[in-house]
Amino acid sequence: MAAKTIISRPIYGTLSPQPGKHHLFIADAEGALAIVDMAKMAPPGFFDGAEIVFIPGPDSKHIGALEGLRPAQFHLAPSFASLLPRLKQTLANAHMGLRLYLAGTEGLIGQAMQVALEAGIDHTSMQTEHRGSLARRMQCVHCKGITENVTTQPATCSHCGLLLLVRDHYSRRLAAFQGVCINAEDRSENPPMEETFP
Amino acid sequence: MSTGTTKLDVVVSDVVPVNELVTRFHFRRRDGQMLPTFSGGAHVVVEMRDGDRTRLNPYSLMGSPLDTREYTISVRRDDVGRGGSLFMHRSVKPGLEMVISYPVNLFSLDLRAKKHLMLAGGIGITPFMAQTAQLAGEGGNFELHYTCRTASLGTYADVLRERYDRRIRLYHDDRDERIDLDRLLSTQPLGTHLYVCGPAGMINWARDRAASLGWPSEAVHFEHFAAPQPGLPFDVTLAVSGKTIRVGEQQSLLEAIEAAGVDPPYLCRGGVCGQCETNVISYDGKFIHNDHWLSEEDHRSGCKIMPCVSRFEGRSLVLER
Ligand code: FES
Repeated sequence: MAAKTIISRPIYGTLSPQPGKHHLFIADAEGALAIVDMAKMAPPGFFDGAEIVFIPGPDSKHIGALEGLRPAQFHLAPSFASLLPRLKQTLANAHMGLRLYLAGTEGLIGQAMQVALEAGIDHTSMQTEHRGSLARRMQCVHCKGITENVTTQPATCSHCGLLLLVRDHYSRRLAAFQGVCINAEDRSENPPMEETFP
Repeated sequence: MSTGTTKLDVVVSDVVPVNELVTRFHFRRRDGQMLPTFSGGAHVVVEMRDGDRTRLNPYSLMGSPLDTREYTISVRRDDVGRGGSLFMHRSVKPGLEMVISYPVNLFSLDLRAKKHLMLAGGIGITPFMAQTAQLAGEGGNFELHYTCRTASLGTYADVLRERYDRRIRLYHDDRDERIDLDRLLSTQPLGTHLYVCGPAGMINWARDRAASLGWPSEAVHFEHFAAPQPGLPFDVTLAVSGKTIRVGEQQSLLEAIEAAGVDPPYLCRGGVCGQCETNVISYDGKFIHNDHWLSEEDHRSGCKIMPCVSRFEGRSLVLER
């Protein structure tokens, strides 16, 4: 559950079917189940105007469940980076009336949101639901490198190697949490690393 | 002092008839200074001293926000209204000293929008005069659809066409020209914001169609000043100030409270901003809620009233003022 003390910390909701003709879903891993749950409340014919883009992850689960919803279009992608050009294209050609639904890990939701914001969709009008891993996308405030799938506290920056405290401060522009050096005074200090974002 | 309603001392610098119903008024500061900056969509509240009555009516600023040497408003004459517009048309002449409020904007552009789609009906064109001037100055992307009863009542249609050419589409009721709203809304690029100003029916239609076509409410902006409606006189007790007052037929509750020497907050005087919200302590009778601010549940509960536009019929009403 998201801490509410830091206002930049994103708060996610529960997907619900919105009025409109075109519905674009972007999900990874367990996010598929958020779509399946939402489908139970959707009016008949809802998925006739829907496109689902899914990043199944290593265990390739839930593909069948999504196919079963019979969306107008279904697209699988190995990673967010690989679907980015297609997503940008879709949004650039889209019209008002397209509704966006993001479900799964924070990294996925944040990055998709970042692209959608650029395309002109207000973040308050996107439907989001967090499912599955709590892994974070983290920016090292020192070298600015981004490390994906951070699950520990502290975490090592995969670019400059500093040991970072993963903060709840989140940047919507970067779609990343901020990581700040935890032992800047004395590098020999090594606080224990714990699995905080499983 | 009412929030956001600091006053400006102005003089009427020009009065220009625009067509059979609409007249334009120009104001300059009495001390010759520049007027405060405003943004497109802002309105001012004009104080009208009509004998022993003071009326306060809101009007949208229609000049370019890039030029603050003067403010301009356009007033449509309403022969069956409470007399504010008639007073403006009949009694306001160049050289008259008047008091207006600082500008307040309850209908501002969302400048993050990729495109601005504007719908105007009748005199609802005025805020768009300022907004289009502001956007044109910044190279903004906009398109204005303007419906009017007849070509001769298409206030400023010719000015707009000349300034912005094909970005302006006109629709005349007498020629049976109608906006194909569903098509219009469904073909807008992602990131478009919709702005509507006109009669209540037009606003409701546009909001309703936009919502069912999947437009998020954050991208839909509207402005409708409900003029206070006349009605039966009624008595009100103001609990905090300990006064009992009578609201006349042609007077709004807010005006009656002000006339009694109480200075309640307001911004729009049109039932949309929420500033004047007042708690009801007790009542015996029925409310005539004319506002767009309170929820239906608030209306039913009988606990709140917006005195700028709403009235009451019945035996007793006690307000927390
Ligand atoms: S003054 Fe704005 S709602 Fe009454």
